[in-house]
Amino acid sequence: MKSEALSHIRICDFTGQLAGAGATRWMAAFGAEIIRIEDPVRLGKWDVLRGTSPFVDDRRGHEFGGCFNNHNVEKLGVTLNLRTERGKELLAEIISVSDAVTENFAAGVLERLGFGYDRLRKIKPDILYVSNCGFGHIGPYRKYKTWGPIVQACCGLTFTSGLPDMPSAGWGYSYMDHHGGNFMAMAIMAGLIHRSRTGEGQWIDMSCTDAGATMLGPVALDYTVNGRPLRRDGMPYSNRSQFPAMAPHGIYEADGHDAWLALAARDDRDWQAIAGLMGIDDSRFDDLTGRLAHEDELDDAVRAWSSGRDRFKAASELQAVGVPAAGVAKPEDRIDNDLNTEDWGLWPTVTHGEMGRVRVDGIPAHFSETDWVLERGGPLLGQHNRQILGGLLGHSDAELADLAAEGVI
Amino acid sequence: MTGNDLPGALAGIRVVELAGEASAYAGLLLAGMGAEVIVVEPPDGHHTRGFEPFLHDEPDPERSLWWWHYNASKLGVTLDLGDEDARDRFRSLVATADVVLESERPGRLGDLGIDHDTLRADHPELIWVSLTPFGRSGPRSQEESIDLTVLAAGGPVWSCGYDDHAIPPQRGGGNQGYQTGSVFAVLSTLTALLARDHSGQGQFVDVSMHAAANVTTEFGSVQWLVAGDEVQRQTGRHAAIEPTTFTRALSADGIDVNTGFPPRSARDFAVVVEWMESLGLKDDFEEFFFLEMGAQLEEDLHLSQVGQDPEVTAMFGAAREAVRFISENITAYEFFIGAQERGLAVGIIYSPEEVLADPHFQERGFPVEVEHEDLGRSFTYLGAPYIAPKSPYRIRHRAPHIGEHNDLLEALA
Repeated sequence: MKSEALSHIRICDFTGQLAGAGATRWMAAFGAEIIRIEDPVRLGKWDVLRGTSPFVDDRRGHEFGGCFNNHNVEKLGVTLNLRTERGKELLAEIISVSDAVTENFAAGVLERLGFGYDRLRKIKPDILYVSNCGFGHIGPYRKYKTWGPIVQACCGLTFTSGLPDMPSAGWGYSYMDHHGGNFMAMAIMAGLIHRSRTGEGQWIDMSCTDAGATMLGPVALDYTVNGRPLRRDGMPYSNRSQFPAMAPHGIYEADGHDAWLALAARDDRDWQAIAGLMGIDDSRFDDLTGRLAHEDELDDAVRAWSSGRDRFKAASELQAVGVPAAGVAKPEDRIDNDLNTEDWGLWPTVTHGEMGRVRVDGIPAHFSETDWVLERGGPLLGQHNRQILGGLLGHSDAELADLAAEGVI
Repeated sequence: MTGNDLPGALAGIRVVELAGEASAYAGLLLAGMGAEVIVVEPPDGHHTRGFEPFLHDEPDPERSLWWWHYNASKLGVTLDLGDEDARDRFRSLVATADVVLESERPGRLGDLGIDHDTLRADHPELIWVSLTPFGRSGPRSQEESIDLTVLAAGGPVWSCGYDDHAIPPQRGGGNQGYQTGSVFAVLSTLTALLARDHSGQGQFVDVSMHAAANVTTEFGSVQWLVAGDEVQRQTGRHAAIEPTTFTRALSADGIDVNTGFPPRSARDFAVVVEWMESLGLKDDFEEFFFLEMGAQLEEDLHLSQVGQDPEVTAMFGAAREAVRFISENITAYEFFIGAQERGLAVGIIYSPEEVLADPHFQERGFPVEVEHEDLGRSFTYLGAPYIAPKSPYRIRHRAPHIGEHNDLLEALA
């Protein structure tokens, strides 16, 4: 069973890591045929995640990377040694029957392999080519190297997280690897929509850093319009609300080891409900102006109530009086013990050729007619050589055996 | 036509968006791609027009920079959906639309008789994208929720904060819970449009912000799913099973930098030796000898040897400290450029406003001037996430005033 949503689309895919592989992951979940090209000589390790932790058991090697499996579900795996002429010919054959070529190598790598945009469109005039790297292929930093935390630092996201007079807390993970992949998927699908309407291919160049910078709009306009920078005394203070102003709005100590409760008063009604529940009687907090003027004291009063309470029970009590609240979920809380993620089917189990059955990230959208399907794990190295080179391109088993013997596949 | 006036990829696609705090970013991105996005507000304006910051700090529904940013490139109409005549106009508007985008509380539009279930019979090609905190039907779908609680319940907050776990975990700035949901609403819209090209069928899409946060936590989820391990937050670094070493340093001009992975190859050691010498810092760095030793390596240092082999440990530690030492003696920008020109991946921790002046963003045309003819001037906005020469993403015009395009409704009446 596959989703029919994108079953008419085929992509010749060089993406790796999460910032690239995440893009074609979404499309694979909706039925696109994603042909992942890997290097047989280096065992596909231009994507370092092929052999890195987490692991399901004691086995190690290029078929056991847990993140690789997660990011490449439902894709097909083909090996091509692009150092050989025959490997290049086979790649050209795949490109000639593909709608798009996608990659997130460092700028210039695909060109050096002999498959820059000019070559791609000689092979297929209406091909869509989408490149994606930290700073893109255009601009003074095109040769610079990045990974998630560097992108997040350079686009302003890192700075927005944390407490005044403290270093930036950053994001705690490669947030922009996720959105690098997501914005790349937007670029691919928008490019395909344009192509289907006009018949025109193009080279779309994405910079993860630019995508990240689009995510900080009101703060940026506060500077360009009002001249007020975020780099100023008392800022950032990211657990407090930026826009709109709210108080209380924060993450408070709860009972237990490293246990926390998030809550906020969106308005005076929420505040009255909070004050009633917590037994806080202080006229300074009656309106938002007062609560903002005395926010430290307000936070102390909330903490006095929350610190002895279970984070989930406290959140339920607040929800019962109509106040937005949630326990800060640990991985186990939200993956194994959250009725809503279970109801959603958010952690589907896929079958991987070596690892067996493994749970992966699902998709946060359900479609009424053509919903996503995640059943097959990430491809083993060259797992689909016969399906693609034989079934799709028509090369015989004897030919494939020769190609394998010659080190082409 | 030049690149600047080419239509976008979604030219000819009409999106009707019910104004909403969480979905506004999705509408902005679709409008940037060239869709005609018509944002529907109550007659006295949507409440997000009351969000700070305001032009010159003067609160006014036409001066909210929040509204300006998130509603740029859109058209605006007003309808009181509590009124049956207005609902008829809404139905007429939807009849002309390819996509409806909304982030209403589950049930509200059904109660008003204007939800997808009611309207789809007459419009089988219609795509309807709903963005809600927990999805439309799950056990938590009626919870009260805002950006902070989505991120706390959905996982990102757990991974973000400081080494000192007496400090609460942190939420990143910029309403990223809403925006992450919006990003998936855009992916859903594009996917449903491509599916419709192929099948002729529209459909309903249920996007959950809580689910979106859950699958946007990288190792936080995968470590648990695959190995049953719980990551722990660290200052400015990836939350991890085992603590990792610092990557943050304070440069000479008081701006933080990310110092990246320490050098491990002979080439990278040689680069650091040359860089220190050229800055005249060599004599001030006591462990310089170990850097020179690293420059003679025949194989890259292997991380598993750090802490085991004393020489490897000394070289690795010296490299890490050397990069930090350099960063502390020059400005953040000199450090960023100096390292990257030498092939070392480091970053500068810009505040959002500093991004716009950076040569990379300038050369890619990222900051764009948007005309506010009503105020007799233009302002600088954030531009495109990618460069698409044949179907450019761009900010097309300023956000609409209240009811500015109500003549669109008259034309349909």
